[in-house]
Amino acid sequence: MNDVAIAGVAQTGHESRKDNMIYADMVFDVVTSALEDAGLTLDDIDSVVTVSNDFLDGRTISGMAVGDASGGQDKNISTVEGDGTFGAFYGLMRVLSGYGASIVVAHSKGSECDIRYVTNGMFDPIYQRLLGIEAISASAMQAGEYMQRYGVSEEQLAAVSVKNHGNARNNPYAHLPMDISIDDVMKSRPIADPLKKLDCGPVSDGAAAIIIASPEIAAKATSTPVWVKGVAHCAEDYMIGDRDLAVPVALKDAARRAYDMAGIKNPAEELDLVELYDAFSYMEPLWLEGLGLAEAGKGMSLLEKGVTTMEGSLPVNPSGGVLSSHPVLVAGLVRIIESVLQLRGQAGERQVKNATSALAHGINGPCGQSHCVWILNKDK
Amino acid sequence: MSTERNYDEQLTVKFTYPMPYRWSVGEHGSVFFNEIKKNRRFVGVRCPSCGMVYVPPRRVCGPCFRELDEIVPLTDEGTIVAFSTVNYPFLDPATGVQRPIPYTYGYIRLDGADNIFSHIINETDVSKIQVGMKVKAVFREPEQMQGNIQDIKHFDIIG
Repeated sequence: MNDVAIAGVAQTGHESRKDNMIYADMVFDVVTSALEDAGLTLDDIDSVVTVSNDFLDGRTISGMAVGDASGGQDKNISTVEGDGTFGAFYGLMRVLSGYGASIVVAHSKGSECDIRYVTNGMFDPIYQRLLGIEAISASAMQAGEYMQRYGVSEEQLAAVSVKNHGNARNNPYAHLPMDISIDDVMKSRPIADPLKKLDCGPVSDGAAAIIIASPEIAAKATSTPVWVKGVAHCAEDYMIGDRDLAVPVALKDAARRAYDMAGIKNPAEELDLVELYDAFSYMEPLWLEGLGLAEAGKGMSLLEKGVTTMEGSLPVNPSGGVLSSHPVLVAGLVRIIESVLQLRGQAGERQVKNATSALAHGINGPCGQSHCVWILNKDK
Repeated sequence: MSTERNYDEQLTVKFTYPMPYRWSVGEHGSVFFNEIKKNRRFVGVRCPSCGMVYVPPRRVCGPCFRELDEIVPLTDEGTIVAFSTVNYPFLDPATGVQRPIPYTYGYIRLDGADNIFSHIINETDVSKIQVGMKVKAVFREPEQMQGNIQDIKHFDIIG
């Protein structure tokens, strides 16, 4: 791939309700901060991609409502309805096709809608939707299938929640930094068997923006550029019943192509950290398997051996992950932002030492129907 | 075994329940509705860069990409820029039941503002409405106000 850099990043703090802010206010904050972070102005930007969902916002063509606040006025603003990693992919493609720099900005306020209704709206209206299935119940069944297939226990998965909420204590942007034990997770309120409250990420209000730049614009920026080495996404079947939920084949495909593009032969050795979309505790081991970092059914062994802790050789979700902050759609972009901060050496208390190569991951659709994998590096 | 294929009936699944929202009005919008409630007048916001006065007030001037902070008091009067008397039935998004027709939707330039505000004009006889006519807002009684766009009942034509 031709050289492309991430030149600016910004996110809001993530919290349950931003009462004093409309979507445009959050978008303006992060776009202004991302430009400031990059040391660029709107004159350096010739491409604007927004990320939003009409059901979440309660507004038709929701991207247009943040046109002015995104810096998209009189520019080629276009919207991706999906996770922020996919919006970033579109922004990247625009730069690869000759634009100088893309702003990619995602917003969501889970507090303004009934999120159960909105995620219920993902499903087929004729055969599934009226049964009431939505993101949590669908994920609970995926968790159950994964645990049954490989003999993974609830106590094992609880350790993921303990680690990620613990990591969030070092992240000033996180919604739920928590010092909890496996026992706390096990005793938390049953949500949808086998998921308990602390196996589930919260629903947050938040926004995030990144600036994806050509080498020419990146050279103008005052920030330390982080380089995109490989990126790929892949989607599998829409109907959940057509998929094997315990084997994330779309992630395997996306990861393989991203690794190939980045020239990565042995990801466990060559990556220094992973930021993945762990909306529920079981997702972390399952996605690690999809990423080829563990064998099928052995995802938990990485945490159990200490590999994925902050002190391990491959920390996973040093930010605290999506379990600790879940602004829907925004969360994938936040994985990229955390990776950039880590590679710049700007991650504060949660800094992974000598980080040079990072993987950021996002999902879209129920139970990880599609996955987007980014490989980022300090060096060009 | 064979199956009857020609049932001669195409089915429809109906979904008629509303999807609820609770939208933040934001700091600028809250000033707008509170001014209507407290002072029975409109306010706008002026861009420090181009001087444009926007109503209702918002945080960003799109063309200048500048943050807006200077709240500008306006009156309760303006001028009709465009209008349409609506004659087709439509479920009123505020009540969920059909609004009585006809009603007149209007684009109104409030005195002192540079952009257009929209609301209902209290006249359905098209022969009595013209672009350029002056209009004046009719507000709800203070105890009935809820801090939303319906705190303005409509605009009366005043000349």
